[in-house]
Amino acid sequence: MNRIKMREMDDNQKGVISAIKVAGELGRRIRDMGLIPGTEIKIKGRAPLYDPIVLQVKKYILALRNSEAEHIMVDVDEQ
Amino acid sequence: MNNNSTGKMQMQADKQIALAGNPNSGKTTLFNELTGSRQHVGNYPGITVEKKQGTCIQDGYKINIVDLPGIYSLSAYSIEEVVARDFLINEKPNAVIDIVDASNLERNLYLTIQFLELGIPLCIALNMMDEAETRGMRIDEKRLSRILGVAVIPTVARSAKGKDQLMAAVMEMMSHNKEYTPLEISYGSDVDSALLTMIKEIITADFLTERYAARWTALKYLENDAQMIAAGQEKNPVLSARLLKIREKLARHLKDTLDTYPEAMIADSRYGYINAILKQGVVQYSHDENKLYLSDKIDKFVIHRFSGPLIMTAVLVGLYQFTFAYSEAPIKWIEAFFEWVHAMAASALPPGLLQSLVVSGIIDGVGGVLGFVPLIMFMFLGISILEDSGYIARVAFMLDRVFRMFGLHGNSVMPYIVSGGIAGGCAVPGVMAARTLKSQKERLATLLTVPFMNCGAKLPVFAMLISAFFVNHKAQIMFAITAISWAMALLAAKFLRLTVIKGESTPFVMELPPYRLPTVKGLFIHTWERTWQYIKKAGTVILGISILVWAMMTFPQLPEEKELMFAQEQLAMHSAYPAAVANELSIKIDQKKLSSAAQALKKKLSHIEGKRAEAALRHSLAGRFGIAIEGISKWAGFDWRTNIALVGGFAAKEVIVSTLGIAYSLADIDTEAFDSLSETLAHSPNWNPLAAFSLMLFVLFYAPCFITVVTIARESGSWKWGFFSMVFNTIIAFMISVVVFQAGSFLGIGIRP
Repeated sequence: MNRIKMREMDDNQKGVISAIKVAGELGRRIRDMGLIPGTEIKIKGRAPLYDPIVLQVKKYILALRNSEAEHIMVDVDEQ
Repeated sequence: MNNNSTGKMQMQADKQIALAGNPNSGKTTLFNELTGSRQHVGNYPGITVEKKQGTCIQDGYKINIVDLPGIYSLSAYSIEEVVARDFLINEKPNAVIDIVDASNLERNLYLTIQFLELGIPLCIALNMMDEAETRGMRIDEKRLSRILGVAVIPTVARSAKGKDQLMAAVMEMMSHNKEYTPLEISYGSDVDSALLTMIKEIITADFLTERYAARWTALKYLENDAQMIAAGQEKNPVLSARLLKIREKLARHLKDTLDTYPEAMIADSRYGYINAILKQGVVQYSHDENKLYLSDKIDKFVIHRFSGPLIMTAVLVGLYQFTFAYSEAPIKWIEAFFEWVHAMAASALPPGLLQSLVVSGIIDGVGGVLGFVPLIMFMFLGISILEDSGYIARVAFMLDRVFRMFGLHGNSVMPYIVSGGIAGGCAVPGVMAARTLKSQKERLATLLTVPFMNCGAKLPVFAMLISAFFVNHKAQIMFAITAISWAMALLAAKFLRLTVIKGESTPFVMELPPYRLPTVKGLFIHTWERTWQYIKKAGTVILGISILVWAMMTFPQLPEEKELMFAQEQLAMHSAYPAAVANELSIKIDQKKLSSAAQALKKKLSHIEGKRAEAALRHSLAGRFGIAIEGISKWAGFDWRTNIALVGGFAAKEVIVSTLGIAYSLADIDTEAFDSLSETLAHSPNWNPLAAFSLMLFVLFYAPCFITVVTIARESGSWKWGFFSMVFNTIIAFMISVVVFQAGSFLGIGIRP
């Protein structure tokens, strides 16, 4: 197990969210969209200019900026 | 007995139902199914989020249905959330239908839980059951209903499945006068004990209890909800400060012990509660969860690094072709119709002021605007397809990096597109669409620059000039104009974000909804609503403006001695020919059957009439103004007629066409010989492709129409920004037009030999 920031994840990599390291509006928005500790996610890819990131959360697809993925810690398998 | 009858009376009075749920949960589709065409769109008082209302008849009762904006949470993150929350709390609808996307049950229930925490009469429409089934989910709705304590009705809104059962459940719920108590869930011992302390304080002080349940107020204080805290601060600043202190203490404790925040604890507890429910046998998965679904397969190409932008460009260009190709024929029919009305009115009314008012002021003015209804309809049909299919969100996703570069947000794409980023929008709803942006600075930058876009009212001007001067390059010029408008809007936004409105950017986090085939009914309703808004504007504002412009161009009238001079000149011309020729003119209407002498006389007479009309127009208020600024405007290639039209265009851009039309039909001698204004311009010695292009650029960028200016002032909360947009835009537009016209003249591009 390895704990990294979501923005450092590779395309098609899977992981489980371990912490959201931000409070206030951004933190609330991230949680409202279903990104909470314990949630399994999979990076689907990145926009043409490598930002924002697309990821799958359960059965839906979310997009968020690199600067936002910076605050989300994810447990991933060792590569 | 007496009691019973009043109870019955109340039952017969109107009932109000609200539809609430996540975006893309099929809420609007269900709304359309329930209300059909009995709906109308307005705004919530004081703000500009769309308020969709409709009625439906059920068991003999007339029921009002309100389609609340789609939201993910009741956290006051966006204006939509505030609107939905305020509606549920203040309007107290008799029932709330919560539309839950069954295929995304967990996240949708997050909102449901918050509705239950609020304690409102709730009924769940478990929608998209078909999609959930194809994804291998089996949902036990009866068990879910039992656990939540509310009715859960499976539906498929697209095919109206479950609609009757849903309405029956809602009617059943409204028939008993039940008290709805808020759901209380545990958020962990630390949060719970803070909540209890706060609730005690709130109840003792009777703090905001007339609007909110004490627990809800406390919860919102813990969530650091800006709207609730502002309301509390106003009501009782001392208690509010004490509540904030409790929150602060809890926040510190949570940070020290668990490295988390109160609002995070609350959110996590809600999700925990939902998971506990789902684990009680509510959902069963029958096959592989990670299977690739159609939407994923499509996205492999549609948002792919290389094919994505190519597909996006192709879609946008395709939209132009679609709009122009299909609207051509109906536009011709409408034009023909108004020409017929014009001729009918001209022959039915005696010549004079009244005829001039009806024919030139009213019929031509309204006809010119309505002629473009097909164009706008096809454009909106195209946009509705992109919106309803889920593609627009992909555009926002792909363009976010670019928009951020200019100090905007990926969501700025919506206001831009609504305003005419895809040609044919309108800056008024565009400025209003900027409401979805949370950050004041990005919102302000967006709403100040959306008027640069290629709006539907500018389209008639461009279409007219294009068919006069660039007839072989229609689609290319239209595409170029839109590309230029984007570049200019983005540069202006960057300029504003670096100077007048500096600041940080806001959260982006958004859903890319699964691709869905738009329903014909939904497309029809969306297209019609938007087109109808345009027609209403044409019928009211434009008609008034058209009459005003006519008056400006008619008064003051020529002094009597001048009129007399022209009359004498015509009389002299008459007497220069034999009486038989003059007689021939007054009898025969068909010009081709006239003798050559009569034709010559007619030409000379109308030449004098043209001179008279031109003198009259120059004498009028508008003419005087146009001439006064001709000295400056000629640098951009505009003569006084264009100046008059541009002044009219401040009232509404489509007025430019009708004003030019009036200007030429009043002042030009040969109007009868030509079918349309564009042909008149194409043959006028004062015009050439360069002047036309310079005018197109000016029209694209100069002061927004006054309705937009008013909207900007209202949306930004200050008239300062309304005036700013008028002055700033006009200066930019004039500078660009002068540069283009002077450079073109110097290089000899676009000038007639």
